[in-house]
Amino acid sequence: MRSHLVLLVIFAFFVSLVFAVIAKDDLREQVRFGGMMFGGFLASALMLGWLMYPFPL
Amino acid sequence: MGDSVPDTRGGSGKLTAVRATAAEETQSGTLVLLCLASWAIPGAGHLWLGRRTKGLIFLVALPLMFALGLALQGRLFPFDLNEPLVGLAAIADLGIGIPYFIASTLGYGGGEVRAVTYEYGNAYLIVAGLLNLLVVIDAFDVAMGRK
Repeated sequence: MRSHLVLLVIFAFFVSLVFAVIAKDDLREQVRFGGMMFGGFLASALMLGWLMYPFPL
Repeated sequence: MGDSVPDTRGGSGKLTAVRATAAEETQSGTLVLLCLASWAIPGAGHLWLGRRTKGLIFLVALPLMFALGLALQGRLFPFDLNEPLVGLAAIADLGIGIPYFIASTLGYGGGEVRAVTYEYGNAYLIVAGLLNLLVVIDAFDVAMGRK
């Protein structure tokens, strides 16, 4: 398992899951909060990835 | 018989005070045990408090995340206080509780710097520990009736 994207997705899933379960008590709210957090993780990571793309290491 | 034996069964309020103090001590002792259990076994605090679903989710998710970190060649950092970031990472690693000691005992967590997934492994290990510390705080809040 060397794909950075897959590892990022799994990482985002675990963090979102735990935060959603801690922060909310109702199942629907947990799913909503966790989903938004998960989506936010992925969107921000992809966006930052594209923004960094032109810069050489 | 107006001796100086204090009336502890009413009126003076002393027994009430003694009972309140004993109850507070018992409660604080229970809280310490709860937090220790919650730290040692992720989700144990919530299971103790009757929040089964949450406890089971933590019990599965956090050790799994920790195990993934080990599988990704992450490193369990040593307690080196000369290197502040290493020391902080070690504290974060320790946050997962018993799985940390199991992994250390079995010789996992050596870390392979040359592995492509090394940094990811470290992130998984550190964040799993920190999330478990958040879970401990959440269990404390639930026990205190704040949630």
